[in-house]
Amino acid sequence: MNKYVERLYNGIIKENPTFVLMLGMCPTLAVTSSAINGLGMGLSTTVVLVLSNLLISAFRKIIPDGVRMPAFIVIVASLVTIVEFLMKAYLQSLSAALGVYIPLIVVNCIILGRAESYASKNPVLPSIFDGIGMGLGFTLGLTCIGLVREILGAGQIFGVQVLSLSWFTPITIFVMAPGAFLVLAFLVAGMNIIRRKMEEKGKPLAEPAGCLSGDCSNCAHSSVCADKKEVTD
Amino acid sequence: MDNMLHVSSSPHVRAKDSTNRIMAYVILALLPTTLFGIFNFGPKALLLIVLTIASCVGTEWVFEKIVHKKSTISDLSAVVTGLLLALNLPVNLPWWEAVLGGVFAIAIVKMMFGGLGQNFMNPALGARCFLLIAFAADMTNFQTDTYTGATPLAAMRNGEIINSMDALIGRTAGTIGETSTIAILIGAIILILLGVITLAIPASYLITFVIFMLLFGGHGFDMYYIVAQLCSGGIMLGAFFMATDYVTSPITPRGRIVFGICCGILTGLFRCFGANAEGVSFAIILSNLLVPMIEKITIPRAFGQVKEKKEGK
Repeated sequence: MNKYVERLYNGIIKENPTFVLMLGMCPTLAVTSSAINGLGMGLSTTVVLVLSNLLISAFRKIIPDGVRMPAFIVIVASLVTIVEFLMKAYLQSLSAALGVYIPLIVVNCIILGRAESYASKNPVLPSIFDGIGMGLGFTLGLTCIGLVREILGAGQIFGVQVLSLSWFTPITIFVMAPGAFLVLAFLVAGMNIIRRKMEEKGKPLAEPAGCLSGDCSNCAHSSVCADKKEVTD
Repeated sequence: MDNMLHVSSSPHVRAKDSTNRIMAYVILALLPTTLFGIFNFGPKALLLIVLTIASCVGTEWVFEKIVHKKSTISDLSAVVTGLLLALNLPVNLPWWEAVLGGVFAIAIVKMMFGGLGQNFMNPALGARCFLLIAFAADMTNFQTDTYTGATPLAAMRNGEIINSMDALIGRTAGTIGETSTIAILIGAIILILLGVITLAIPASYLITFVIFMLLFGGHGFDMYYIVAQLCSGGIMLGAFFMATDYVTSPITPRGRIVFGICCGILTGLFRCFGANAEGVSFAIILSNLLVPMIEKITIPRAFGQVKEKKEGK
């Protein structure tokens, strides 16, 4: 069981896709104007990620290596279409708010990245947990960004007015595009401060842009990071 | 021991100019504009100016304390940033928004990128644009006790004819420092006489802008309209005090002219076809972003250097 907990920890903290790996920046910047949008986007991606990891891991032995990318894309695209139709049927307002970014989950680099670097090389159960961990990490990142932007830009948390408009002037730049860049930059900076503190205490987290595969013998970058093996392993 | 020979590496002859001195000259040149702004808008303007400067200087001090750097507040650059920012704000802006603007200018636009000399855009204008997007309603509220009408630019946009004399002297609505063209020109002359700025950037900026307005302004060769456009809004303040910022303008002589042309075209574009009546600040910070590229293509040829011949000829 320990291995599965490690996968969750890896996805949420150690290799958080938003704050550490910097993957999936397009939805991260575009749809996080409120916490609920961030949460919705994160959870939709999580569902697709878990299912695609499951299927790709299950089919990993019959997918020919030469056409693995198209095969992954077909699997991911089918899942995204299902999620998109389900959202249109049952979560219309969220579907309208997220717009084109739901179909764009197909090309989200987190999903293809996990498929390529983890699910296609590992058994089904760890792959599912890897998907859950990465998906929750992404959801956490998006919700944090959305939360900060919503409080500063509208004085609300999940749509509830917490800062009274009688004395609070919404800083509208935070719900607009430049605000996304500012908030992301500050949260990543904060994350790096925490990382440094942890390293000083002797509990190092992964390097930023850390090792994706954990499999040094088959990794193209093994010569670069071989000396850091004890950190990434 | 005083008659010992000091052996040191070059340079041996240094100019008296220092950051401190140049910043003091800029403050001196901004004094007429500042005083006219206070005279025009009353003590509220003075309060806003003091607050914004205090916010800029305070932020620089606190930031350098936090990151354990040597304090640079005595080089006066934060004072200049604060003063320029205040001159670009409407007098009715709530005080905390002005303070926030000062914090943004210093902490994010200047210090995050490494402090004076490293910032990629003019801190005062960066903060003004931040405030303009963040508090659009407050930043475009120019109603005061003295002036209830629209700014000259907004009036012209609505097809009204404005009094150019008022715009020249500065008895109009607007931000604290932009209204009086005469006060700004006095400051500009001081800067040019003291050798702080050269005419390259302001001249190419203003000439390009005039040509653009003649071509696309929609008023043909109506000189009255052109003069009114030049005298109203922030273009004079921008051309002489913002675009000429040492850090964010090109160092190559030809580059400066290209930079001025960029500013002029963008200002014209924003004023003629943009959503707002004014576009000087956005035009200048956009041109600031182009500076590295402008410098790259305008590197002067070294003495005696021959152009490399293309092969195959």
